[in-house]
Amino acid sequence: MADDVTVPPGVARAREALKDVAHEPGAAKPDPILIADKVVRRFGGLTAVSVDHIEIQRGAITALIGPNGAGKTTFFNLLTGFDRPDEGDWKFNGKPLAGVPAHKVARQGMVRTFQLTKALSRLSVIDNMRLGGTGQKGESFWQSLIPAIWKKQEQEITERADDLLARFKLDAKREDFAGSLSGGQRKLLEMARALMVQPDMVMLDEPMAGVNPALTQSLLGHVKSLREDGMTVLFVEHDMDMVRDISDWVIVMGQGKVIAEGTPDTVMADPRVIDAYLGSHHDGTEHDAAEVAAEVDAPAASPAAAVAADQAPGAVDKPGTVDKPGAVAADKPGPVAKPEGDKADE
Amino acid sequence: MNWDIIFGVSIESLINATMIAYALAAIGLNVHFGYTGLLNFGQSAFLGVAAYGLAMTVSTFGLPFWTGILVGLAGAVVLALLLGIPTLRLRADYLAIVTIAAAEIVRLLFRSVSLSEWTGGSDGLQRFSDDFFTMNPYSSALEIGIVSFDERELWVMTVGWLLIAISLLIVFLSMRSPWGRVIKAIREDEDAVRSLGKNVVSYKMQSLILGGVLGSLGGFIFALSRAAVQPDTYGTEFTFYMYTIVILGGAARVFGPVVGSMIFWFLLAFINALLPSLISEGYIPSWFMDANQAGAVGFILVGLGLVLLLIFRPQGIFGDKKEVMLDGR
Repeated sequence: MADDVTVPPGVARAREALKDVAHEPGAAKPDPILIADKVVRRFGGLTAVSVDHIEIQRGAITALIGPNGAGKTTFFNLLTGFDRPDEGDWKFNGKPLAGVPAHKVARQGMVRTFQLTKALSRLSVIDNMRLGGTGQKGESFWQSLIPAIWKKQEQEITERADDLLARFKLDAKREDFAGSLSGGQRKLLEMARALMVQPDMVMLDEPMAGVNPALTQSLLGHVKSLREDGMTVLFVEHDMDMVRDISDWVIVMGQGKVIAEGTPDTVMADPRVIDAYLGSHHDGTEHDAAEVAAEVDAPAASPAAAVAADQAPGAVDKPGTVDKPGAVAADKPGPVAKPEGDKADE
Repeated sequence: MNWDIIFGVSIESLINATMIAYALAAIGLNVHFGYTGLLNFGQSAFLGVAAYGLAMTVSTFGLPFWTGILVGLAGAVVLALLLGIPTLRLRADYLAIVTIAAAEIVRLLFRSVSLSEWTGGSDGLQRFSDDFFTMNPYSSALEIGIVSFDERELWVMTVGWLLIAISLLIVFLSMRSPWGRVIKAIREDEDAVRSLGKNVVSYKMQSLILGGVLGSLGGFIFALSRAAVQPDTYGTEFTFYMYTIVILGGAARVFGPVVGSMIFWFLLAFINALLPSLISEGYIPSWFMDANQAGAVGFILVGLGLVLLLIFRPQGIFGDKKEVMLDGR
């Protein structure tokens, strides 16, 4: 993409603003559009989300990453009103949003997309787009019966929808049922439809899931262009290349908490993040770096051994994650030692 | 074989009051099920409440006819609110469960002994339609060839077709408007609609009320055409015929319910007239089927026809097959 060569103004602005922000969980931002405090959501005994403090910088692209089950989507649902927290407050553009129903959140300018794309199948692509228009007079029942009341507004909305369709290269599909689009095109349509609401902040839940690589580039370009238009983007994503490519700031969640924050490069080098993804506790069998290096070097002739060495910590971790790993190590030294033995067999 | 009568009865049922009542009920159900995706299995209750609202106001309390109509319409709105407020926030299936139960509750209330002082119990109510028929401009019966209607029937049919025209106009205008777009979008995915800033619960409520009120018009026609209300006519099978009609005509099509109702009643009347006369003429041997069984066989054949329809033309008469197939998400 051409915009990699010269830095576009939106990127420069966002990077400049985030330059001096501390790389730590809950760091204060110079101009936050969203501030959340002590947001907690429990499902029975499981605390899915427990975020102490989080700020999202206005006009920047912020990525929310974390291993499966870290509570990213739940946190999304809470912020956008699709789920209710057990406790917590958050402010969007200075207005408190806790307890506000989803449709009112959207009207205030925070619009989301879904992990499982929600194209409205049996509506045409253009009708999908028109639906996003806000404040439509024809959406009240009695006024809908008299076309003269809403015809003009409908035209304006259609023009705006057509512009967006052209930008997202869906104009050729204008009259088709949304259900006939491919998975990637549905993602594009969903994003374009969200823009019809004219939001200040766009929340994308795994925008790249199930999209083929060719379309990924185009989707990435669209996400970047949102920043150039002055919108704030918060997105959940698993694809680290994408995160590194487009985000100005990365927030990492693990087991419901924010465990790290920072620019993409610093976060990905952060040991806490690597721990969160690969499992942190090795039950007293913590590898010291030199030992691992020696092990990797020694059986270089058989690559299988290196693979086994990589996988072993995960295997050890599985039974240990739920309980307190230290306790397990103390009580049952046998099973903990066993993976080491396995490795030696290899 | 008396073909004049067989065809006469069948053709009459293309346009008579029963067909109109079912068409109006199905127009309302089409708003619920076809456009909004609300699984309302209690549409018969809307007709029952309207019919009893009219009958009880006039017959039990001696109030004027038009007051009765207003009470009936208000009853439909109140029923929609009662059904909708607890269920519309929940998943779609809950509405189905609540509506089918509510329809039975309504019917059992109408036929209960303790309320029979006002509702007439299982005998129902009569003598509420006099004011309606004094407005009748027709003074003689109509006979064209093999089809004949008396003046009372003609008057009910005139009003009924007028109501169908008004209802279709309302459905047509509202469904091609932005309001209808929101309604159809809710059928597809209500979370997506919510994420775009629309108050989904409010729209579903509006749809439930609109469909209920349109259905209640069918209740008036049904009651007036018989000049009587009887609780057991508003049972669950009433609702299932309406579903048959909506699917037959094509869900979410403006004219679907009317054409569906015409076809349904034409076929039913034709079979119900043909079979007994085939039996009495000896074309069907009595060991195979006797005259008492002919009525049930009529419904069996209609059911068979429906099964074939769903296999070979799931979109109904007016539907778009491509659109129906999109549903396999």
